[in-house]
Amino acid sequence: MTPDTTLYLTELIGLKVFDLKRRVIGRIKDAALVPVVHPARVDRFLVGGGWSWLTFRYDQVDSIGLDGIQLRDEQLTPYHADEYMLRLVRDLLDQQIIDAHGRKVVRVTDVTFEIQPRDGRGELYVVEVDVGLRSMFRRLFQGALPRRLIRRLQRPIPVNSIRWEFVDILEADPQRRLRLNITHKLLQDIHPADLADIVEELSPDDREAIFESIPSEVAADALSEVEPEIQASILESLEADKAADILEEMAPDEAADALAELPDETSAGILHEMEQEPQTEVTELLEFREDTAGGMMNTEYLVLSPSSSVADAIETLRSNEELLEGLNTIYLVGPEGKLEGAVPLARLFVVPHSTPLRELSPPHVISVEISQKDDKVTELFDKYNLLSLPVVDDHGRLEGVITADDVISVLRQD
Amino acid sequence: MKRLRYHIAVFFSVIGPGFITAVVDNDAGGIFTYSQAGARFGYLPLWTLVPITLLLIVTQEMCSRMGAVTGKGLSDLIREEFGLRPTFLMMAALVAANLTNVAANFAGLASSLELFHVSRYITVPLAALAVWFLVVKGTYRGVEKVFLFACSLYVCYIISGILVKPDWKEAAIYSVRPVLMLDPAYITMIIGMVGTSVAPWMQFYLQAAVVEKGVTAKEYAESRIEVIVGCIVMSVIAFFIIVACAGAIWSAGPRDIRGATDAALGLKPFGEYAYLLFCAGLLNASFFAACILPLSTSYTVCEGLGFESGVNRSFREAPIFYWLFTLLIVVGAGVILIPGFPLVGMILLSQVINGVLLPFVLILMILIVNKPRVMKEWTNSWIYNLAGWTAVVVMIGLTLSLVSISIRDLVERR
Repeated sequence: MTPDTTLYLTELIGLKVFDLKRRVIGRIKDAALVPVVHPARVDRFLVGGGWSWLTFRYDQVDSIGLDGIQLRDEQLTPYHADEYMLRLVRDLLDQQIIDAHGRKVVRVTDVTFEIQPRDGRGELYVVEVDVGLRSMFRRLFQGALPRRLIRRLQRPIPVNSIRWEFVDILEADPQRRLRLNITHKLLQDIHPADLADIVEELSPDDREAIFESIPSEVAADALSEVEPEIQASILESLEADKAADILEEMAPDEAADALAELPDETSAGILHEMEQEPQTEVTELLEFREDTAGGMMNTEYLVLSPSSSVADAIETLRSNEELLEGLNTIYLVGPEGKLEGAVPLARLFVVPHSTPLRELSPPHVISVEISQKDDKVTELFDKYNLLSLPVVDDHGRLEGVITADDVISVLRQD
Repeated sequence: MKRLRYHIAVFFSVIGPGFITAVVDNDAGGIFTYSQAGARFGYLPLWTLVPITLLLIVTQEMCSRMGAVTGKGLSDLIREEFGLRPTFLMMAALVAANLTNVAANFAGLASSLELFHVSRYITVPLAALAVWFLVVKGTYRGVEKVFLFACSLYVCYIISGILVKPDWKEAAIYSVRPVLMLDPAYITMIIGMVGTSVAPWMQFYLQAAVVEKGVTAKEYAESRIEVIVGCIVMSVIAFFIIVACAGAIWSAGPRDIRGATDAALGLKPFGEYAYLLFCAGLLNASFFAACILPLSTSYTVCEGLGFESGVNRSFREAPIFYWLFTLLIVVGAGVILIPGFPLVGMILLSQVINGVLLPFVLILMILIVNKPRVMKEWTNSWIYNLAGWTAVVVMIGLTLSLVSISIRDLVERR
């Protein structure tokens, strides 16, 4: 049963507006929020009469119901386009939005309002946007059948709605985004992999809009999960400095892979905007062919000398907090950078702090030569059940590390 | 030189959508129409292929441009620009029209295999299962490769056309010499040829495929070439079908044929190979169209109405998409197995629905492609609009004539 305090946008459209003497002035054409003032209250009603549209404000309304809108102040003002208005029929109905709670892109079929009494007046608040069959049914028959009959007929169809606070509106124009107070804050709490799935579904303009407005770290996490071709088109559409900011936050191997998909001029432009340190790392990685160990590896790893102790290792871990997530091995290198050992992280916890790391490393460390093909790398991972694999040059010097997730990406591509 | 190589690389990366769409246009119904034209009127109708190609290029180009610029499907754009009700009606008509098209193609498949004495009660269920698994279990890229391979099999018609040893001089002359006769059967035939050449589903399929392929506005120049090449290839195949039937059947004595298989039998005196290739071509074309039509229909409908869609989603995530897809195949294949089912009547009906739907699709298309808000700097130029509207008006005129002919036939059959 639909409560009396509920009103749907499809019902609001075409509703009669009465003046103080209960004469019909016109019918509702659209309703608008002004998000900078209030995120959910309908601020302005648009009334159609002849060729011109008139408007009244929410505080001119006495009561709202299925039978019409009764005004308490009948002073109507002509409608001038106002860029601070989110017009529900024009800007929301039939458009795509992101459902931040359900983590998917949906198309709006209707909007549900709640009528709330304030100081003896009736105000209209957006509570949900409706998608799915029920709202579709309502919309298709609106105008053809009486409003109350439609409400009765729709009862058996299950509701499919998204609460207004979880609705993320898409707007490609940055100016208008600002005026409508669209921040995409909701997207920052979505898991990067889910956010990646969402942006893959959007049009290029909307993708660009999202990546422009979310913080670089969030953008970097999401971008790493996006398919390579879409990655390239997103980076190309962004300003070079914004693209550079995002790439700096990504793991160097992933940043290099993303840049490799771009035309030379574009990737050079973005590299130029990057900070010195990530820039050199990424440039080095770009030298290697994508289907070799060099192209798969990344250059973020921890090295210590074989003679350092467990206590040194733990100290190093403390000072490299940003690497901790996903790290599972510490590498031991000799004076010329030669790979001499590998210590699984978990081993550090079961031995005294004074133990030299040399004693924790297996006698023979499995490694791969930098120019080896990627199928050789996956073979090694499979054969020795590895989580990570060090990459060395032809003198045995440590150059980078390949982790299991890099291998999975390669396997998924085939 | 480097630029040229870049353009060629981009061309191959965008190949697929335009090519497949244009070639699938020669489905079981198309092959019958062209065979009939050749068998009855010989080389005379060949000249129509040039204007048909031009009309096809103009309409297809607009769709692929919209796809590349907006990154949205045609049903998405119609929904966003014109609302739910027009979209819903259009989708309902599209489902009806395409259901009959699917059935017609399963019928083509069944009859081509019945020439080899394989019962339709074996072939049709097997083919339906094959279609279902190919599309549901395959990835977009994998499926596209299969489709491109199917495109290459159309070469069957070219070879069988050559094997028949038609009168090439006549064929060359009539390809450029328009012949108009006030013979009702001739006029009907020309209308039929044009009417079957542009179907509503093609516009939706092409645009969706361009979007899915991730073609951007920047790569659009190559995409346009691909569309044009595709349309030309389609005409070349049609040319050889007409020539084969003209050389084999018309030269022996002009007559009406009862179906595409009838045409194949007519080729038999010219050698087993010409006959076999013609059958193989029909089998391939029918199977190909039986794959694409249900897929494209479910995509289009779900997108326009805002349901989850896509073969990369699970059955649970996109139930309506899969149900619709399965239903189209099951019903389309099922009706072929009903003894005494009025198949010809249904094909005529499908032409009527297609014809009624097409004007709306084309007009909405040309309205959308002229909106700067949607297309930015990629709207039609006035000269292109002139060509566009001319194409639309000619198409609509001819299709509506075909509708009235089909309705007349439907009534006469009673």
